[in-house]
Amino acid sequence: MTATIRTTYREAVREAIREALRRDDRVFLMGEDVGRYGGCFAVSKGLLQEFGPERIRDTPLSESAFVGAGIGAALGGMRPIVEIMTVNFSLLALDQIVNNAATLLHMSGGQFSVPLVIRMATGGGRQLAAQHSHSLEGWYAHIPGIKVLTPATLEDARGMLWTALEDPDPVLIFENTALYNTEGELAADAGAVDIDRARIRRAGRDVSLFAYGGGLRKALAAADQLAAESVEAEVVDLRCLRPLDGAAILASVAHTRRAVIVDEGWRSGGISAEISARIMEGAFYELDAPVARVCGAEVPMPYPRHLEQAALPQVETIVQAVREMLGHG
Amino acid sequence: MAEFRMPSLGSDMEAGTLIEWRIKPGDSVRRGDVVAVVETRKGAIEVEIFTTGVVEEILVPVGEQVPVGTPLATIRAEGEEQPPPSVEATGRATVSAPPTSPAATTARAAAGATRLRVSPAARKRAAELGVDLGRLAGSGAAGAITLDDVEKAAVARPPTRPAYRAAGMRQAIAAAMARSKREIPHYYLGTFIDMRRALDWLRSENERRPVPVRLLPGALLFKAMALALRQAPELNGFWVDGEFKPGAGIHPGSAIVLRGGGLVAPAVHDADSKSLDEVMAALRDLVQRARAGALRSSEMSDATITVTSLGEQGVETVFGVIYPPQVALVGLGRIVERPWVVDGQVVARPLMQATLSADHWVSDGHRGAQFLALLDRLLQEPERL
Amino acid sequence: MNEVQIRDIVLDALSAVTPDADTSGLAPDKSFRDQLDYFDSMDFFNFVVGLHKAFGIDIPEADYPRLSTLDACTRYFKTKLG
Repeated sequence: MTATIRTTYREAVREAIREALRRDDRVFLMGEDVGRYGGCFAVSKGLLQEFGPERIRDTPLSESAFVGAGIGAALGGMRPIVEIMTVNFSLLALDQIVNNAATLLHMSGGQFSVPLVIRMATGGGRQLAAQHSHSLEGWYAHIPGIKVLTPATLEDARGMLWTALEDPDPVLIFENTALYNTEGELAADAGAVDIDRARIRRAGRDVSLFAYGGGLRKALAAADQLAAESVEAEVVDLRCLRPLDGAAILASVAHTRRAVIVDEGWRSGGISAEISARIMEGAFYELDAPVARVCGAEVPMPYPRHLEQAALPQVETIVQAVREMLGHG
Repeated sequence: MAEFRMPSLGSDMEAGTLIEWRIKPGDSVRRGDVVAVVETRKGAIEVEIFTTGVVEEILVPVGEQVPVGTPLATIRAEGEEQPPPSVEATGRATVSAPPTSPAATTARAAAGATRLRVSPAARKRAAELGVDLGRLAGSGAAGAITLDDVEKAAVARPPTRPAYRAAGMRQAIAAAMARSKREIPHYYLGTFIDMRRALDWLRSENERRPVPVRLLPGALLFKAMALALRQAPELNGFWVDGEFKPGAGIHPGSAIVLRGGGLVAPAVHDADSKSLDEVMAALRDLVQRARAGALRSSEMSDATITVTSLGEQGVETVFGVIYPPQVALVGLGRIVERPWVVDGQVVARPLMQATLSADHWVSDGHRGAQFLALLDRLLQEPERL
Repeated sequence: MNEVQIRDIVLDALSAVTPDADTSGLAPDKSFRDQLDYFDSMDFFNFVVGLHKAFGIDIPEADYPRLSTLDACTRYFKTKLG
């Protein structure tokens, strides 16, 4: 048995950054408050002291400028990790991400790749209201030319960053703010993991629950509750929203013949719609029930706690969706 | 308020006669309960209800014949207090027909009501198993028929309700045969086969065999046919999606008539590579299990060709209808003593007429004739089977 | 073994191969085949195998015609069992 350590999601991300900084001189971290303040979510706490201001760089409040600087550094041979405080703020840098980072390889006829990693916090549940709490990773999954990762476990928080830095193209990593404090056991020698496959986190035969990021633990808790009702739910952690692991999704549906998609993002035009469409295209004749979705309510994220919780998928709403699908409603 | 209507119990049913009510006003009913018996051209059929609630009113008395879709009773759903005005009725207020006219509302409502909610997986499986979806009560959300419902129905075909089974099976057979006649361009060939050598060999073989391992002519014919099919792959397989898919093995189905009506043709898998004793044992086993209603779904669905023997009923020639998606059917008639010319002499010989019905999409008479000729040759050397 | 016992055994063997048919009302002097719809050669074969097991004696194929009715069966086995 391998030795494990008790750690948190936040520490796992920090350890991943620390390892990258040690292994590769070209790696540096930049973003708002990542240095002296230690990161808005305290992810980079202590790294400035350890690695110095050349490699842990505070930036002005100008997402477009520092993401653009990151793209330039990547083109120039560096391996930047750019932190954007929340996904809502990343909209200020959309031009840099969508028009530059995602396109330069293509527009240069394959001459310039952009080995940039952008980390950002996403998701609600911490009463940060409608300008800090949305889940827009599904939007980014729309864009060819970038990869979109959603680490939901300690292993992925620890292991996805290095693989992303090794990737020659831009990779966006979305860290759900509700996960930073989650604690658990992690292998002491945990390291890099793949960034293009979904994983079955719990096997089952009656229904597939597709989830990612902050939705995964809710899906797992729902599966626990369903097991008490003799319903064996399979929980699939999507892990990467672009590229989507379509083969794993279809294989799971072919096995269980029922699919429920859990997505903290909005339903209309979201990643859940894409997954549902792929199931229709590839597994229609395997289906024993219409695909169901449990998504975020289509409102700007409310501030009051009870309304915010009501706007997000919950264990109970997932369980209820499965019951209805099975005709136990 | 829900209306319980005269169901369509087959695509050609236009009307049915109500011969028994098993509910009365005030009774509670659950989805799936048998609430009435309806006489159709195919016999009496028990009719289930798909609404849970309380019977409000019986609209059609016993003995009356009414068209499909006619409301037979009204059901108050659980928790429902008084009937709300129906959308349909208000929608019709502007047209000339009075909103309460049942004839006016029937057509539209019936179209919606008869479209079954069936999951894609359940529909596919039902086709494979030959399960009649119209007879199932769905357990899924909003009463949808699920895969589980289909598989349970396939397992549970109740031997205790022969009339029920027969009616469903008759519909299934009729549907398959109508499709066959519509879609398959049949050609028919027939030939007399001198069975003397085969029967002589069987007699002497059976004299030295104990009772349980004796052979019937049917086993010999079955084996010879399976061997002949090796040389005629165009007769052994399926016509699917506009092309011929040869069978993965030679799995002839043996048509077995069931008591109480109906017909099944379960397969003997890889009959060509089984010994004669194994073929005999397999046929015995199939008949016994068919009688007991214990056939397996794989046997029911994967036969690559069908053999039908009607000789025991005294019939000399079988003009078979191919069972789709198969592409051929072999018919075996009665073995009967007839004058036959051998070396210029008229002699009495036991003759059997073997016929072939085959699909012109896949083969033609030339190939079919070769098959029957080979069958004849093989039966002249029974000891080699 | 008396006639009643033989008869019961024969009826049991018959029921075993025709599980959903009612054998209680069979006319003893009429052939099984005429009374039991779809009683075919394979059913008859299984019936003879059942009789063979129950009585423990050989039944040559040439004797099969002597087993076509209930009465005939009773006579046959009474003689055979002596």
